[in-house]
Amino acid sequence: MSIIIHKNTKILVQGFTGKIGSFHAEEMIKYGSNVVGGVTPGKGGMTHLNLPVFNTVKEAVDQTGASTSILFVPPSFAADSAMEAADAGIKTCVAITDGIPSHDMVKIKRYMKRYPKDKKMGLVGPNCAGIISPGKSMLGIMPGHIYKEGKIGIVSRSGTLGYEAAQQLKDLEIGVSTSVGIGGDPINGSSFRDIIEKFENDDETIAVLMIGEIGGPQEVEAGKFAKENMSKPVIAYIAGLTAPKGRVMGHAGAIVSAYGESAIEKVELLKECGVTISKNPSVMGETVKKVLVENKLN
Amino acid sequence: MDIHEYQAKKILSDFGVKIPTGGIVYSPENAENKAREIGGSKWVVKAQVHSGARGKAGGIILCNSPLEVADATDKLLGKKLITNQTGPEGKIINRIYIEEATDIKHELYLGLVFDRSSESIMVVASTEGGMSVEEISKEKPETIIRSKIEVAVGIQQFQAREIAFGLGIESKLISRAANTIIGCYKAFSELDATMVEVNPLVVSNQDEILALDCKMSFDNNAMFRRDEIAELRDKTQENSNEVYASDRGMNYVSLDGNIGNIINGAGLAMASMDMIKLAGGEPANFLDVGGGATPEKIVKAFKLISMDTKVKVILVNIFAGINRCDWVAEGIVQALSKIEIKHPLVIRLAGTNVEKGNEILKKSNINYIEASTLEDAANKAVKALAQ
Repeated sequence: MSIIIHKNTKILVQGFTGKIGSFHAEEMIKYGSNVVGGVTPGKGGMTHLNLPVFNTVKEAVDQTGASTSILFVPPSFAADSAMEAADAGIKTCVAITDGIPSHDMVKIKRYMKRYPKDKKMGLVGPNCAGIISPGKSMLGIMPGHIYKEGKIGIVSRSGTLGYEAAQQLKDLEIGVSTSVGIGGDPINGSSFRDIIEKFENDDETIAVLMIGEIGGPQEVEAGKFAKENMSKPVIAYIAGLTAPKGRVMGHAGAIVSAYGESAIEKVELLKECGVTISKNPSVMGETVKKVLVENKLN
Repeated sequence: MDIHEYQAKKILSDFGVKIPTGGIVYSPENAENKAREIGGSKWVVKAQVHSGARGKAGGIILCNSPLEVADATDKLLGKKLITNQTGPEGKIINRIYIEEATDIKHELYLGLVFDRSSESIMVVASTEGGMSVEEISKEKPETIIRSKIEVAVGIQQFQAREIAFGLGIESKLISRAANTIIGCYKAFSELDATMVEVNPLVVSNQDEILALDCKMSFDNNAMFRRDEIAELRDKTQENSNEVYASDRGMNYVSLDGNIGNIINGAGLAMASMDMIKLAGGEPANFLDVGGGATPEKIVKAFKLISMDTKVKVILVNIFAGINRCDWVAEGIVQALSKIEIKHPLVIRLAGTNVEKGNEILKKSNINYIEASTLEDAANKAVKALAQ
């Protein structure tokens, strides 16, 4: 099994009829994802890309049985759409949208707390590349062809750095079970810890590559979780060794503002947790390979 | 986005926080008149630049007469203030704030930020005002009070009171102190702020609770609904190349090195900078042209890098995902037909249609060094520097 999305996962596209939503919905369909329809308020009843359009997520879920959604809604409406998905019983919502205000993210996360654990939506992103389970389903904006089917779990803040890793693995003939982009925002949905826990519980995944960066506590929290709870090896690369303190490096969340948030400090803290560090971004693939050989997993 | 002290004070006073009487001036005559208008016998002349630690850098001057206020203003206006936060180039002083001096009994620290662990708003306070929060957490960590605020209901009176009692404030001043804390919270939550810092917050000899210095930062992503805040942006306080880039939708940070970077994606951009450093070089900038990296974006990026006089070598590293390397290559060729680049140029393309992309570059008459991996690109850029 892969994590979060599988061959038959039914997908809704929120912001379906817009330019960006349409483009990526088509790419996902071409990849083989089971897109069952979309939501654009006011355009319900239309057909788009040969699929039904609904006015509300609730209606779309009722009629299609969709469990998953992907969000291409502009930043000013994105929080509302994510909460609508949570209320309609969507299990996983991937928010691609870049530029959602932090105060809105705090509000979404607070809103999601009203649901009991088994009914609570998993939010992935925002400002992320989405999720791909190679050969099965793509719920994102990545180039599907660079991912080989296999057994490594990838979790990355950055989109392009995640692609870089997938390509390096493919060049070494190593495949991926699922790759998850959690996004570059300071307040986001699923954390590194949430995702590596899923990989630990996934039969197919044998090792996890975590690609982090400066800013925030999530990489180190994941390291601590791995030390205490994981049987599978974790390999990590942390970007931003040369980033100056107190400056935002592209991603709104990539800013060093406290102890333990710089790349050097994160690397040291992760090493203490038994995580193998890829010493530079050009050897992420090789480092995974080395760990597989050492653990006789190749 | 950062704003000036006087702007932050205006905002906080609108939310019920008491501030000393003061006003903004743009000339020494202005300053002298403003001092007389404020009244009293002592004034503080404060350089308005986007930086802390202004006092140590000579940007805050205590004066005993309106004439001294005029002199101090004359001394500061138009100068660059170099603090331990501005870098060696400093920041230009175009505005001066004149304020009545306060007789201070106690100096306290009050700050509000997002707490990324609990995903709530955190109030941080300490009895050790006047020091930076980093210094406080290093030297007097036991004085720090932290209080998480539940965003759905906002700050409660009791929470503000607990903080105020924790700061050792006298009973008769507790409700005033609590209202100050609540005012700061409301400003933070209602205006899409990412930081409010009152340092020092003081108890005066006249038993007033006053915000003596404040700083506010705002979420750039929320500016679409905060016209009144966006208006407060002062571009003279920012690096001019960074302003050029942000006005054109690019993420750019100017750095001290000499290898200019054009990269798509923030993570890959940070990783490429790291690679340059590991190869023995220093990056001149961070530049993320966005995941898409359209030809138009590439042209703009070359223009931006060519404006930076520090740059001696240019490194382009694009991982084409949804876009394609052949489009990116066309963008590069197009850019170089418009902008003359005298420095060595290293290009690494990867991802979708990489062969086609490299083919286009080879067939064009542009002078460049081809690289295959991230490491190869960084090594070649550093080598080109030596030549």
